[in-house]
Amino acid sequence: MSPALVISKREIRTYFNSPVAYIVVTVFTIVFGFFFFNNLFVEKQADMRGFFSLAPLMFCFFAPAITMRLLAEEKGSGTIEILITMPVRDWEVVVGKWLAAMALLAATLLLTLVFAVTVAKLGPLDKGPALGGYLGLLLLGGTYVSIGVMASSFTRNQVVALIIAFGICFALFLFGKILPFVPEKLQFIVAFLSTDTHFENVSRGVIDTRDLVYYASVIAVTLLIATTSLESRKWK
Amino acid sequence: MSDLMIRVENLTKDYGPVRAVDRVTFNVRKGEVLGFLGPNGAGKSTTMKMLTCYIAPTAGVATVAGHDVYDKSLEVRRRLGYLPEDTPLYRDMTVHEYLEFAAEMRQMDPSKRGRRIKEIGGRCGLSNVAGKLVGELSKGYRQRLGLAQAMLHDPDILILDEPTSGLDPNQIVEIRQLIKELGQEKTVILSTHILPEVQATCSRILIISGGKLVADDTPEALRAREKGSRYRVVVESNGTAADAIRDKLAGVAGVARCEKTAAETGAMAFTLDGRGDADLRRSIFRAVLDNHWPLLELVRESVSLEDVFRNLTTSDVVGKPAAPAAEPRREEARP
Repeated sequence: MSPALVISKREIRTYFNSPVAYIVVTVFTIVFGFFFFNNLFVEKQADMRGFFSLAPLMFCFFAPAITMRLLAEEKGSGTIEILITMPVRDWEVVVGKWLAAMALLAATLLLTLVFAVTVAKLGPLDKGPALGGYLGLLLLGGTYVSIGVMASSFTRNQVVALIIAFGICFALFLFGKILPFVPEKLQFIVAFLSTDTHFENVSRGVIDTRDLVYYASVIAVTLLIATTSLESRKWK
Repeated sequence: MSDLMIRVENLTKDYGPVRAVDRVTFNVRKGEVLGFLGPNGAGKSTTMKMLTCYIAPTAGVATVAGHDVYDKSLEVRRRLGYLPEDTPLYRDMTVHEYLEFAAEMRQMDPSKRGRRIKEIGGRCGLSNVAGKLVGELSKGYRQRLGLAQAMLHDPDILILDEPTSGLDPNQIVEIRQLIKELGQEKTVILSTHILPEVQATCSRILIISGGKLVADDTPEALRAREKGSRYRVVVESNGTAADAIRDKLAGVAGVARCEKTAAETGAMAFTLDGRGDADLRRSIFRAVLDNHWPLLELVRESVSLEDVFRNLTTSDVVGKPAAPAAEPRREEARP
């Protein structure tokens, strides 16, 4: 098994050995459940739209919460010293951590399939947007998680990592909401930078390479910065 | 030479404006147990961190088993076992899980893993805590687990940063025994500021002070460096004033200095420093006899490594201010 996978296996075990994962996942599903069933019973609408429009904002909280300790804790407690002096490349450490958080995120999304099943039982489920929505959430989540891993690599303090990650995620999310107030000439840039704009495209069921490239490049760049930040111990 | 395991040449590390390690040069051969000695903050840990590829040198070269620590760091790390200072281990894993994780990270053959973990667990005395969480272990067991993970993949070179700190005397003896055994087939570098430790385990000593290497020798040769001899004389109090005795003893030919030291009631003790290597016991005895002081004790003390250490590490610091903050400490930030 590659070192990256060994690291992610260890991290996944740590998630489920500690209460943090359970608390975060529970809170996340409760909030979603509330809005989804509120929609269902009060508005009498059996669709996934409410869920998919709320998820990007929720992920701004969720992703930093599950990534904040990944590297910050290792740096704080010094365990990184043993980890890094094993025969492992710095990027493998970063990717391993990212994969572990992605696994937790995917597991949480799996729980929300209850909503899709509910909708499908009550009436026809619009399959395209549902599939697109889940794909979009995975991409969006992956982006936020990689931002979280990056923030966690900057500091040995988990709370600082949480705040940095939330700040960046929330800013990228807001870019999509402040479009009307942005000068027209800058609008396309801000729209391109916004995670939300791309998510809306994907969740309509339209898989466009531009959106995929956006998510892939943000993930690649943030993980690269995280690797560099990990390496920076060498030249400090 | 093929049995040269570690080669360090002009190794230098700057932390900003502070020079933590200053042009250190030394070699380590196979089968040597090298003791790395120095006051806190002298640069011991920093040197070890460079050898284990955790940080990169500012200048100079270090090769481990023929591989450069900077260019071939993966090769170096494959051949190393490292126990960092304060033994940082994942607290949320059990001892067995931890060793399994280390074995997987080291890409050990899955079919041999189980047997090796059992073997090393037995050797380090971990068998009865295998199922315990690392966070619940006592300091002694954590230290043993740290050693076990360093030795797990049977590396040729072991680098141990203060392996016995925080252990009780029995555990210290056990760990020293273990290190001695290891030293027969492997190359071991250990750092410490406990002097009896190097005397008990090491075949060679490096003393580092203020980032500079100030001595590189066997314990015996180091002790022989210290000139002069010291004597302890205890006589029964028989009415003679202590000062008078001291002056008489100081007058013995060859004695450089005489001081009154603490003694049991009814006795007076003096410490005499002799010039040169000549044995002064005879003349001291004669002086005592001539004055009719009842002699209780007359001992020639051999110079201890403590004296050597103190001389080497303090004289060096006098010239320039020491940099006690040379090694950045980890702050324990746990929200």
